[in-house]
Amino acid sequence: MTLIQAPSGQPQSVPALLRRNAVMFGDAPAYREKEYGIWQSWSWSQTLDEVEALALGFMDLEINEGDFVAIIGRNRPYLYWAMMAAEMCGAVPVPLYQDANAEEMAYVMNHCGARFAIVGDQEQVDKIIEVKDELPEFQYMIYLDPRGLRKYDHSHLEQYETVQERGRANRDKHLDEMKAREAKLNYDSTGVMLYTSGTTGKPKGVVLSNRNIIETAKSSSEFDHLRQTDDILAYLPMAWVGDFIFSVGQALWTGFCTNCPESADTMHVDLREIGPTYYFAPPRVFETQLTNVMIRMEDASRFKKWLFDRFMALARRVGPDILDGKQVSQWDRFKYNLGELFIYGPLKNTLGFSRVRVGYTAGEAIGPEIFDFYRSLGINLKQLYGQTEATVFITAQPDGEVRSDTVGVKCPGVELKIAENGEVFYRSPGVFVEYYKNPESTRDTKDAEGWVATGDAGFIEEGSGHLRIIDRAKDVGKMADGSLFAPKYVENKLKFYPNILEAVVFGNGRAECTAFINIDLTAVGNWAERNNIGYASYQELARHPQVMGQIQDHVEAVNRSVAEDEMLSGCQIHRFVVLHKELDADDGELTRTRKVRRKIIGEKYADIIAALYDGSQNVSTETEVTYEDGRKGSIKATLEVREAKVFADTRKMAAE
Amino acid sequence: MKDQPESYETADGRTIGPVVMEMKNITLRFGGVEAIKDISFDIREGEIRAIIGPNGAGKSSMLNVISGFYVPQEGEVWYKGARRPQMKPFQVAQQGIARTFQNIALFEGMSVLDNVMTGRLTHMQTGLFWQSLWKGRAEREEVENREVAEKIIDFLEIQAIRKTPVSRLSYGLKKRVELARALAAEPSILLLDEPMAGMNVEEKEDMSRFILDVNDEFGTTIALIEHDMGVVMDLSDRVVVMDYGKKIGDGTPHEVRNNQEVIDAYLGVAHD
Repeated sequence: MTLIQAPSGQPQSVPALLRRNAVMFGDAPAYREKEYGIWQSWSWSQTLDEVEALALGFMDLEINEGDFVAIIGRNRPYLYWAMMAAEMCGAVPVPLYQDANAEEMAYVMNHCGARFAIVGDQEQVDKIIEVKDELPEFQYMIYLDPRGLRKYDHSHLEQYETVQERGRANRDKHLDEMKAREAKLNYDSTGVMLYTSGTTGKPKGVVLSNRNIIETAKSSSEFDHLRQTDDILAYLPMAWVGDFIFSVGQALWTGFCTNCPESADTMHVDLREIGPTYYFAPPRVFETQLTNVMIRMEDASRFKKWLFDRFMALARRVGPDILDGKQVSQWDRFKYNLGELFIYGPLKNTLGFSRVRVGYTAGEAIGPEIFDFYRSLGINLKQLYGQTEATVFITAQPDGEVRSDTVGVKCPGVELKIAENGEVFYRSPGVFVEYYKNPESTRDTKDAEGWVATGDAGFIEEGSGHLRIIDRAKDVGKMADGSLFAPKYVENKLKFYPNILEAVVFGNGRAECTAFINIDLTAVGNWAERNNIGYASYQELARHPQVMGQIQDHVEAVNRSVAEDEMLSGCQIHRFVVLHKELDADDGELTRTRKVRRKIIGEKYADIIAALYDGSQNVSTETEVTYEDGRKGSIKATLEVREAKVFADTRKMAAE
Repeated sequence: MKDQPESYETADGRTIGPVVMEMKNITLRFGGVEAIKDISFDIREGEIRAIIGPNGAGKSSMLNVISGFYVPQEGEVWYKGARRPQMKPFQVAQQGIARTFQNIALFEGMSVLDNVMTGRLTHMQTGLFWQSLWKGRAEREEVENREVAEKIIDFLEIQAIRKTPVSRLSYGLKKRVELARALAAEPSILLLDEPMAGMNVEEKEDMSRFILDVNDEFGTTIALIEHDMGVVMDLSDRVVVMDYGKKIGDGTPHEVRNNQEVIDAYLGVAHD
């Protein structure tokens, strides 16, 4: 396996790119953050100045080459700078999920032996102080927001600004050493370490080199023709590889501007104000926005509603074709333009999507209706497929070839192969270096030739070359009669209904499939209000007979569509329960990126699963829940087991 | 109380300064009703001072005396070492005393930001003339004051409702906006009239946190009325207990909690 080397003269590290930008785009905005109601902005040259001051401050704190620096907090320019500053000193930034609890944080910080932590506020400071005794290597914490921290013991705690001041004051003392360290950085040195969210087991530290970061940023920026004048909104967790590549990798490569919202609550207002041209969101965000639009349209006057429905019908029919540059009649085109003026334009403005040129969604399957809704409005929403180990990009949909059921063609520089069991393998310049302190897992995932197992089962569509993902390879199993069992395929179909937030399908090695369903409180709650149905809690609403009836209809509709697929017709759901609580990451049932953890759910709710298979009508259960502040409680409930209609495989019937 | 030092440090490391306000033998009557009967107590700089008591004990009347809205028939109010003459409420506000109200008194039709800006009024110099011209002095002043208002909005974490009309907010948020407006005046003494009344547990916890943070960050002296005993005992440095217009206890939460008279007033007299 040969590794790509940087062309001579091209910057070989993240700090080198920053220095290039400070020269090339000196006065162009690099970072913006809304604070005190105003968008504060920093140009590339100011950014370099801030990063350098912080890096010199780190030097003054005697940071060593190869030290790990934990970065914890919401998206703020200061934290992005901290990552770059750490690299400038030859250290390795490790962004962590800010909503992780102290225990999870202790595991990760202990695993990498972080010596420094740069954190957002008191909440994070408290968490680290709580577990400090478990972290023998940990030494020093730097915080951004001083609120509530004045009385803390400051012997190992310091404010961000004073570290920068210290750096500026001692510039001459440390500058040479810092520059020397920076000069040593090349394509092979570690640029960042990111912990995977851990669908199974403990999180693993994925080491990404400057080669991974820069090569990926370069090829993906070219793939989507990103421009220096683009704007993105950084609002997804900093610990997630996507945010790192968009807000640091691509931002540095193309020199576009990263905008940070004022707080999590103001995200939507800030999105509207910035109007990003390049936007990423997981399917859930698009779903929520669509649900909100639809709920609000229900309250609109009849004329407005009529106008909206009429133009949306037109958009659904011709919008995607217009976006793909296909043939559309002049009359339809005229009507669509009219719609743009009265409906689509204002709607896109409200959603904050007026300027979006390239929009991506990934992480989970997106419902075809949701996907088409945004595309029909003229928003260039596409899908990509990737993972931390690939530095995000494996496949992506090129402009003009966008469909809701594939994840696109392979990205530039990526090779794909499908193993016999259906698992997708890839090889690319973005392939990670290793799992930190875990050679065994590294070997299991990446072979000697550099091929990496994605863990997903899929196939490449003949003709188009698009990749289609069926399910997680390890989740794909066999039913008792030997037919294929692909739970996620069915779960996704269920989750496309706005009433269903989450679904978990069981049936591996059994004769029949069953499912857990979580209702979506926003959608079902709104329906209840509209129909004058009173409820006091999530639990009460979830077991309301009419809600159960609706869910049953959805399950049966899904069964009908699953029956049409020859390969998967055995995965129809025979029985289901609507769960009494929402599956939650705090209870360990989902990962922090909201993926279902089947094994834990299977163990925790073993009694309910048993009831699904032993023919009982009802099941009483008690479940432990963890509140946001870490306290524990329990919920008792009696759940009704419902039978759902199943369908024979229509095609097989015809053949017989 | 009298022999306490000029200033001392609390267990959690805050410095409590000398007496900043003193009530001397206050008696307040409404016709024949004696709402406050010969009450004396002091408020020290930087402390959180609570006034508690059952319904109708005269707590709100006491607060109104402090804020200058009621003028007591007997007794004196001493503020910063001088006897305070009879004053209009706006003059009291200019002296650096701000307050919130038990039953929210915000401008319902105005945005949160505008409401908070009204709290800056005492800090604005320009008159109608300059303000109607807008350019020049008035504009500069508006910008300066807006900055202070925005810092308070940030502090109380109400950025997301900055532009929302107050009438659309929940009760708990309105209370927070009221606190923001009072803080915008940058008061040296902040009077809070039942800041937690009608709140759920979570809102109470939030509000308690903010009160402590205000006291901690800005060093603001806080006098508050409350009848949720739990909240008061956790928050305050010293507590005055009133019952039927009389002072029946004064001291640290611990002292007050063990005061038999207070227990009787709150829980009724125990029967064997």
